[in-house]
Amino acid sequence: MPVPPSKRSGRNDEPAGPAVATGRRNIPDLADAVAWHRLMVITRRFEEETERAFRRGKIGGYLHVYTGQEAAAAGFLAEMRPDDIFFTAYRDHAHALFRGADPNAVMAELFGKVTGLARGKGGSMHLFDVARGFYGGYGIVGGHIPLAIGAAYALRYRGGDQVCLCFLGDGAMNSGAFHEPLNMAGLWGQGGLCPVVVIVENNEFAMGTSVGRSSAVIDLASRFAQYAIPSERIDGMDFVTVRQAARRAIADVRTTGRPFALEVATYRFAGHGAADLFQPYRSKDDIDAARRRDPIRILEGHLRAAGLLDDARIASIEAEAAQIAAEAARFAEESPPPPPEELHRHVYGEES
Amino acid sequence: MPELSYRDAIRTALIEEMERDPSVVLLGEDIGLYQGTFRVTADLLSRFGPRRVIDTPISEEGFVGAAIGMAMLGLRPVVEMMTWNFSLLAFDQIVNNAAKVRYFSGGQVDVPLVIRGPNGAGVQLSAQHSQSVEAWYAHVPGLRVVLPATPAEAKGLLRTAMRGKDPVIFLEHAALYGVKGEVPDGDYTLPFGVAEIARPGRDVTLVAFSRMLSLALAAARRLADEGIDAEVVNLRTLRPLDRRTLLESVARTHRAVVIQEQWRPFGVAAEISATIMEGAFDQLDAPVERVTGADVPMPYARNLELLALPQEDDILRAARRALYREDRVDA
Repeated sequence: MPVPPSKRSGRNDEPAGPAVATGRRNIPDLADAVAWHRLMVITRRFEEETERAFRRGKIGGYLHVYTGQEAAAAGFLAEMRPDDIFFTAYRDHAHALFRGADPNAVMAELFGKVTGLARGKGGSMHLFDVARGFYGGYGIVGGHIPLAIGAAYALRYRGGDQVCLCFLGDGAMNSGAFHEPLNMAGLWGQGGLCPVVVIVENNEFAMGTSVGRSSAVIDLASRFAQYAIPSERIDGMDFVTVRQAARRAIADVRTTGRPFALEVATYRFAGHGAADLFQPYRSKDDIDAARRRDPIRILEGHLRAAGLLDDARIASIEAEAAQIAAEAARFAEESPPPPPEELHRHVYGEES
Repeated sequence: MPELSYRDAIRTALIEEMERDPSVVLLGEDIGLYQGTFRVTADLLSRFGPRRVIDTPISEEGFVGAAIGMAMLGLRPVVEMMTWNFSLLAFDQIVNNAAKVRYFSGGQVDVPLVIRGPNGAGVQLSAQHSQSVEAWYAHVPGLRVVLPATPAEAKGLLRTAMRGKDPVIFLEHAALYGVKGEVPDGDYTLPFGVAEIARPGRDVTLVAFSRMLSLALAAARRLADEGIDAEVVNLRTLRPLDRRTLLESVARTHRAVVIQEQWRPFGVAAEISATIMEGAFDQLDAPVERVTGADVPMPYARNLELLALPQEDDILRAARRALYREDRVDA
């Protein structure tokens, strides 16, 4: 699956593509956004396929799907350069797909097959595609944040103007693994040595504990001021909004070498994980209300208004997406498991 | 061969590797302006500048994790843990990220990271600052665990650590920093997983590492006065463990005493003892003896602290027991 090429690292005031008047606002890059709409639809169908495979017993362990949050990751990954890098937590399937990982290899990883991104040794929570700058999915909440800060330092230490994106959830902001590295990022940024964009995917719940029940301060973006890191809160359901904010943030970080943080207000339509069947922490009405702002429908609205999508085109994208998801599941199912000799491989870099 | 202190041997290795390889950076608490708590990094900030010698906040989880990220991007960070006691604050980073990320990524990244600093008991630092962490880390696949006992080992093993692809737990001993010894010049390295016969002997094998090596050698000299010819095996690294040297020694002596500073239960000596039983059971003429620290949090009072640490006399008694020259006592 091709990822639309990242356009360029425009400055805040330079639209990176031709602006299209929609009547609501000026939207740059809408032609490109058609490709991102397609990727979001593919990802939605892919996640539905993973849930079916989980119920069929084909996927083991934990399974955390990104359904409902697609615009959040898509908006940022659309603005990354091919040589930029990123880290995320365990709700990571969409990030891999948006960055251009082969859906077959992603699904095969979830099925525990040797054709998976990590040879079947990581699973759903540990997708990696280092060749594309994806430095992983991590399973301990907050535990990847210091890695991203150090990686950002390394990018600048080596020279060049790459940036590091660090996705995390609202729950991670209450861990020590958030505060220690963010303080360091603020410090290192003073010397232009920490080009990291911190992206809080605030889906309102840390598992079943709402932001209001887990954070003394509900305005999560404001908490970055503690570490002298500028921040912004944005609507994470609208791809265009996310992408514009991402462009500004990435350009700023690339230029200054200083961190920037965004709280992206989003919502997961699915449960926390595949085992979260009853969701006693929220009502069906809550979910239905959120679904009325489905990020895929919102982007479709923009594209229809601009005359770039119509019913026929959408139907064809839906059909293609279903086919890609089904093909990924077929590929994963037919792939071999890792051979026994994989058990001891990759423990060390040099065999002892 | 020049004579260097253990401290200067480590410092020299750091300087030489930093001059050789611009990807080496140092991180830690008070390693720069303050010159390092044990002065291992004295003057390095002025030599190499703040980009390469990074004074960190008191944030073990943060800076160890950051160093892992640097290593994944191809730098060679060397983290100073002011003392290894503080590494518990970074345990998740070390165990869940450094040790495993190569594996769960299916081999997509290396983690050429060294974490170094003083391990074990000092003098009257009491319970929270007097721990030996080697068994905790040696339990974890993906880590290398290295314990130099001499200045030469400190330099040679640190060089190897700084040139590898894996995270290395480099456990110095606070009581050894002032100890001097000859250190080979030039590009001197020591391989991991190769133990040293520090003293050849025929009657009993004393297995030691880190500060316990000097105790074992002193005990061996006193045993010689009793007509007991002890062989001393210096392990140098626990991961990888040189099983071959260990088992060959036991095959010669048929008796073994394992010495460690840490608590007795589930420790390194237990692992060594099991290794000997699995690999040389038929060679043994006596049960493997363990000499260990007392199974208590380290007390402050000097007399109690000495009781809590292995002493030469404990080794003598254990060696005599292994030779049936002294009665066994229930531990």
